[in-house]
Amino acid sequence: MSTATADAVMDYDEALAKFDPVMGLEVHVELHTATKMFCGCPTEFGAEPNSQVCPVCLGLPGALPVVNEKGVESAIRIGLALNCEIAQWCRFARKNYFYPDMPKNFQTSQYDEPIAYNGHLDVELEDGTVYRVEIERAHMEEDTGKSLHVGGATGRIHGADHSLVDYNRAGIPLIEIVTKPMVGAGERAPEVAKAYVSALRDLLRALDVSDVKMEQGSMRCDANVSLRAKVGDPTSPEQLAVPLGTRTETKNVNSLRSVERAVRYEISRHAAILDDGGSILQETRHWHEDTGITTSGRVKSDAEDYRYFPEPDLVPVAPTRETVEALRGTLPENPASRRKRLQSDWGYSDLEMRDVINAGAVELIEETVAAGASAGAARKWWLGEPSRRANAEGQDIVTYAAELGLTPAHVAELDGLVTSGRLNDSMARQVLDGVLAGEGTPTAVADARGLELVQDDGALEAAVDKVIEANPDIAAKVRDGKVQAAGALIGQVMKEMKGQADAGKARELILTKLT
Amino acid sequence: MPTDLTRATASALADALAAGTVSSVEVTQAHLDRIAAVDGQVHSYLHVDTEGAIGQARAVDERRRAGESLGALAGVPIAVKDVMTTTGLPTTCGSKMLEGWVPPYDATVVTKLREAGLPILGKTNMDEFAMGSSTEHSAYGPSRNPWDLERIPGGSGGGSSSVLASFQAPLATGTDTGGSIRQPAAVTATVGTKPTYGGVSRYGLVALASSLDQAGPCGRTVLDTALLHAVMGGHDPMDSTSIEAPVPPVVEAARNADVKGMRIGVVKELGGEGYQPGVRARFDESVVLLEELGAEVVEVSCPNFDYALAAYYLILPSEASSNLAKFDAMRYGLRVLPDGVDDPSAEQVMAATRDAGFGPEVKRRIILGTYALSSGYYDAYYGSAQKVRALIARDFNNAYEKVDVLVSPTAPTTAFRLGDKLEDPMAMYLNDIATIPANLAGVPGMSIPSGLADEDGLPAGIQILAPATKDERLYSVGAALEAALVDRWGGPILDRAPVLGDTAAVKGA
Amino acid sequence: MSSLSRDDVAHLAGLARIGLSDAELDRMVGELGVILESVAKVQQAPTDGVAPMSHPMPLTNVTRPDVVRPSLGAEAALSGAPEVDQQRFSVPRILDED
Repeated sequence: MSTATADAVMDYDEALAKFDPVMGLEVHVELHTATKMFCGCPTEFGAEPNSQVCPVCLGLPGALPVVNEKGVESAIRIGLALNCEIAQWCRFARKNYFYPDMPKNFQTSQYDEPIAYNGHLDVELEDGTVYRVEIERAHMEEDTGKSLHVGGATGRIHGADHSLVDYNRAGIPLIEIVTKPMVGAGERAPEVAKAYVSALRDLLRALDVSDVKMEQGSMRCDANVSLRAKVGDPTSPEQLAVPLGTRTETKNVNSLRSVERAVRYEISRHAAILDDGGSILQETRHWHEDTGITTSGRVKSDAEDYRYFPEPDLVPVAPTRETVEALRGTLPENPASRRKRLQSDWGYSDLEMRDVINAGAVELIEETVAAGASAGAARKWWLGEPSRRANAEGQDIVTYAAELGLTPAHVAELDGLVTSGRLNDSMARQVLDGVLAGEGTPTAVADARGLELVQDDGALEAAVDKVIEANPDIAAKVRDGKVQAAGALIGQVMKEMKGQADAGKARELILTKLT
Repeated sequence: MPTDLTRATASALADALAAGTVSSVEVTQAHLDRIAAVDGQVHSYLHVDTEGAIGQARAVDERRRAGESLGALAGVPIAVKDVMTTTGLPTTCGSKMLEGWVPPYDATVVTKLREAGLPILGKTNMDEFAMGSSTEHSAYGPSRNPWDLERIPGGSGGGSSSVLASFQAPLATGTDTGGSIRQPAAVTATVGTKPTYGGVSRYGLVALASSLDQAGPCGRTVLDTALLHAVMGGHDPMDSTSIEAPVPPVVEAARNADVKGMRIGVVKELGGEGYQPGVRARFDESVVLLEELGAEVVEVSCPNFDYALAAYYLILPSEASSNLAKFDAMRYGLRVLPDGVDDPSAEQVMAATRDAGFGPEVKRRIILGTYALSSGYYDAYYGSAQKVRALIARDFNNAYEKVDVLVSPTAPTTAFRLGDKLEDPMAMYLNDIATIPANLAGVPGMSIPSGLADEDGLPAGIQILAPATKDERLYSVGAALEAALVDRWGGPILDRAPVLGDTAAVKGA
Repeated sequence: MSSLSRDDVAHLAGLARIGLSDAELDRMVGELGVILESVAKVQQAPTDGVAPMSHPMPLTNVTRPDVVRPSLGAEAALSGAPEVDQQRFSVPRILDED
């Protein structure tokens, strides 16, 4: 429930006709290391308040930080995957500011010596266009604690009369990935923003360094937007030469859809102000998911003086070139080229592959194929009922399937039951329903529900004879060469067999008898 | 072995304990009795743990009876500077900010003391958060110099130095950021070492300036100090700046006490103008003694030491301003609500608490450090100071190419009168002029008594400095010189200190 | 180097979250002026081409393995807190800053 009134906004197309948008994205990623960045406290989500704290992450007097080896390795791997240079020597720095959720009243971060810098990530848009996002830096830092605001009507910070702080999250390793100004995207800026965050998420997931769950806050996005006068084509030299406008920073935009919406909203809002002869205030903005608008946060002022200096309690990080190369060797295949390879292996059309990607089912299908299913069957089963239901629940399919206990092995097993001739398609769908309902493995469900194609040819033949006899008109048509009329007879045979017959065999038998 | 157990050295006590001629409970009780008798005058302790100390003594006696193999100092009681966290014992750092705070964890040094079986008698007084050279900045009142109760015992470790000089403990711990072990040792005629930076864990030491702080041993003799150094030192995985190497052979060096063939450099820049004549006289005599003992003495110049004090008073406040930000009334310690404000915000409570909880010297340094780090001034102040630091390290390196150790007076003067420099921060800062360079460069230093100044009859100290990780050289030189001086004096120098409890002591000898 | 004005000191005290009284401010302006004049001497040192030194010992790459150590436990963690509620640190209302 936002109290602020909405600002004036300009129609998006009109805004883009007059202005050229420039974006900068800062993404914070929580690493899923076993322990915190500077102490041995566990990082598991959802523990009792203040149960995962020690003198170090609680900022007790006298405590000292020690760097998590895995945190540094993850940072370097992320840097390498983003095509960055890796610092030969860098330090941590203290960023000094007071805030109750920050135990030491300084954040241990990196300032002018990031571990990784000068990289890029190529991002594929929906239509296949590739946009190169230049990466400024990726650096290591630590998360803060979480405050619960009590009192006030809304549970928000504003109007609360006191707050309750839990430091379990304080000290969780974070990697902050900062882009250089993203220019030349023109009207596609919001789409590029979303595609970048999406590609980054895929990359980080492939690196297995983070849970990258935006809804849980393990991946958070701040979007900087500024406009400058439009003087030509977005990528033209004269357009690129125009100085950047004043930017605003929209904090905590925490879903892919919101990234796109927030950038789009800020473009329209800036445009309205600038068009009206106003100027943009350099400030942070809060994104409101419910109303789809941003509201004014804190004005960046001179008072914001972080007094950075090298962290004296931590010694410099100087990864050897051997270490860096060894870590480079652990990088997974780039998600984009990996997809190209999988598409070719699986024989999917572009459209089929895009459906799979959009459904977030690439890994599921890969595992299902590895478990023995054909690529076509894997796609058919995952993109059918499970995908439809996940969508309806507003969940991604990986999480949804995991929650319901549906695994790639199950799907492969299901496919096996079909190819072995035990189940037909409609029976297999029933079995899948049973698995999704928690009734057990596909075989167990089929057994429990008594689903099995009747293999007794005598019973099938008897049913065929019975149906031919009962439908002389149709039988005559088939005899006269109207083979498609056999469909009606097959339907009747299946009904006679209570669905437990092999439709192919029934057809074969009917045609043998009538032609 | 003296009949009064409190006059014995730690080494003698350790021998008697090992031989079974005395128990730790007896030794500990003797010191607790002494504390009860004299600490009202000296005010060395902020907290005495009678029950805890006796309990630990009893435990170590039992372990000994059971035939366990114990460390060299097992059963010898110790006083711990109140800057080190101790479970079950308050840790205040001499500040109202932490009044009554009982830490939920032990400093690594304290863990080592406990494991080595040293009963902890209590926590010693100090300048608030170790900022000062006199203990007058303690929020709980100053400690006094046993040589003259109207004078300062040095600082920030004046509680630890006075505890030793008044025989309220045979050993004490200290921390030295710019001289807080060495200068108090000098003005009380005791011994103190600042080890190489990283030689003793800083985990659990409430930080003043992280890149300068170093914990170290305090004793009445060089050997006692070495024995404690060996217990306190060594690598700690909880401290990233801890050196991953065994403790240097300090005890061996103290026992050998040999300076023959050593090259000793007298630092030209430390000892001229501003040094009290009696302090210089005792220093010069010590240097002559070292030559007589077989060392080769040369003069060495460290030109950039002239900038050390200025660099120090930028680096220290800068780091301190950040280290002390955690005292904000949110998680532990004092919480003060501002006067006349309804429903104060966290920010207002922080500001009110930090105003009420910090003393004037702490506030001065925090604000100075905030300034030195602020954008626009960083390069001129903090940045320049860090470059000076590099120059000072270079001076040391150059010097150590020519000599094995350096020497200077520890402090420019003997103990000044309480209150004399309280209103003049710069005058107070000048007391550390000779000790600061070692902290900036991370090299080890020691102070031992050089005698009594002629003009006031008060103790003076000689400082010995060695290259990083060569701490044992301090003990070779210190022990050799100590033996020669004690021989000349005809007994330990503290035998000449006034007897406490006598009215004569108040006047000063 | 320029000395500090009363406003400068007030601003610094704000940054350092110390609510100085007027009398303290007045006194601090004078004292800091003297100290600053003295420490400005670092600017006269021959520091051209000298790299700043942040750490006294030249150590690098000190890390620990990513292995869990026991935490304090909430009770010990909260033992020194001025105020506790619902196993959390209770703090005064936080200004809507960020």
